Amino acid sequence: MANDVKPRVKVPKSAKAGEVVVLKTLISHPMETGLRKDSKGELVPRSIINRFTCDFNGKNVIDVTLQPAVSTNPYFEFEAVVPEAGEFKFTWYDDDGSVYEDAKAIAIA
Amino acid sequence: MKQRTIKTALTVTALFGLAFAGTAMAEAVEDTLVIDGVEITTRAAAPAHLEGALDEIRSGWLYREADTRVMQADDFDNPGMIFVDRGLDSWNAVDGTEGKSCASCHEGPEAMAGLRAVTPRVDAKSGKLMNIEGYVNDCRTTRMGAEAWGGRSDKMTDMMALIAVQSRGQLMNVAIDGAAAPFFEKGKEIYYSRFGQLELSCASCHEQNNGNYIRSDHLSQGQTNGFPVYRLKDASLTTPQGRFVGCVRDTRAETFKAGSDEFNALELYVASRGNGLAVEGVSVRN
Repeated sequence: MANDVKPRVKVPKSAKAGEVVVLKTLISHPMETGLRKDSKGELVPRSIINRFTCDFNGKNVIDVTLQPAVSTNPYFEFEAVVPEAGEFKFTWYDDDGSVYEDAKAIAIA
Repeated sequence: MKQRTIKTALTVTALFGLAFAGTAMAEAVEDTLVIDGVEITTRAAAPAHLEGALDEIRSGWLYREADTRVMQADDFDNPGMIFVDRGLDSWNAVDGTEGKSCASCHEGPEAMAGLRAVTPRVDAKSGKLMNIEGYVNDCRTTRMGAEAWGGRSDKMTDMMALIAVQSRGQLMNVAIDGAAAPFFEKGKEIYYSRFGQLELSCASCHEQNNGNYIRSDHLSQGQTNGFPVYRLKDASLTTPQGRFVGCVRDTRAETFKAGSDEFNALELYVASRGNGLAVEGVSVRN
C-alpha cells in the first residue's frame, strides 16, 4: 500500500427530497505514473488509484477510471440527486489491490 | 512608476494594458481571508523592530492568484487539510518503547493551541532555541522512547500542520528580547547577508522587491505565518526551513542544513518580522 493514504469527503448533512447536492472528495496519494526514473536511472513502478466509485444506498452515482496523468492527491467534485435519506459510500481502488473506503449519511430535511 | 512616464507615448489601449501590469498586478491585492466565518489577519502594522524597513506587513496570501486564495478560504478545498487529518492519526498512534502516543500526555491536539504563534522560542528549562520540530522530536526521544522524525519528513509536516491549525487566527508574537535576543541578532545578520553566486540576501527580494516579479513569480514579503504551507507545485507541505533551503539554493549557494543553528536563528528572526499577522493554519501557495 502506498503509505498513509487518507480519504476525505464532504457531503451536506441534510437535503430536501429530490434535491441535487454537491459532493467533494479528496484522497492523499502519490499517483506515481510509472514513467519517472529515480536517481539511479531505474523506473519508479507505477502506483496510482485506478478507479473511484460513489454509491448511494447501493445505487451507483459515479464510476471513474483514473489514468496515470491524474495528479497527486486526486480531487473529485460532482453532483448527485438525493431521493431519500441514506448513505453515500465512496471507494477508491489502488493499483496494489488496496481499497480505501469512506461513507457519509445524509438526512432529508 | 518610472516606467509609466515612458509609456505615455503609446496608444491608449497599450497604456491601459501596461499600466495594469505595472501597478495592479504587482502590488498585493485588497482582499480578506475568512475561514469558517473567522477573519484571518493578513495585514498589520509592522512591528517596532522593522522601523525604516517595512511600514506594513502582509501575508503571502495577498500575493497569490485569486483561485489560490479561494482554495485556502475553504477547509475542504484546501488540500493541506488532509495532512491535518493524517497528523491526527499520528497524534493518537502509540510509538516507541514507553508505549505512549502524543494523546497519552496531551490528550487532544487542542492542548497545542497558541504554540504555533509563539515559536520559535527559547525554552525556559533548557535554554535552547526550539521550534515545533524541536518540541515534537524532544517529546518523541525523551518521553516516548521513539526515534526522532526527520525535520522535513511527511510525519513531521503532518504533525506541524495539526499543531498549526490549533492556533489558527491567533496573532504571531514571538519573543525577541531576553534570552531570545542573541538568536534574533544572529538571524537578522543572516537575513541581510548576501549568499551565493547571485549575491542575494533575503532582504534583496522580500524586503526591497516584494510585490515585484522574479521571473514569473510574484515576490511576497516572505512571511512565515502561513507555514506549514501546501505548495501546489510540490503537492505537499513545506516547512519554513525547507523553504529557506530552497531560497538559499536558488541564490546558487551551498545552503545551511534544515535544523542547523543558522536556520533556527533565521526562523526566529523571520517569524518576528511577522509579529502581528495571524497563524493561517495550513496555507496554500503556488
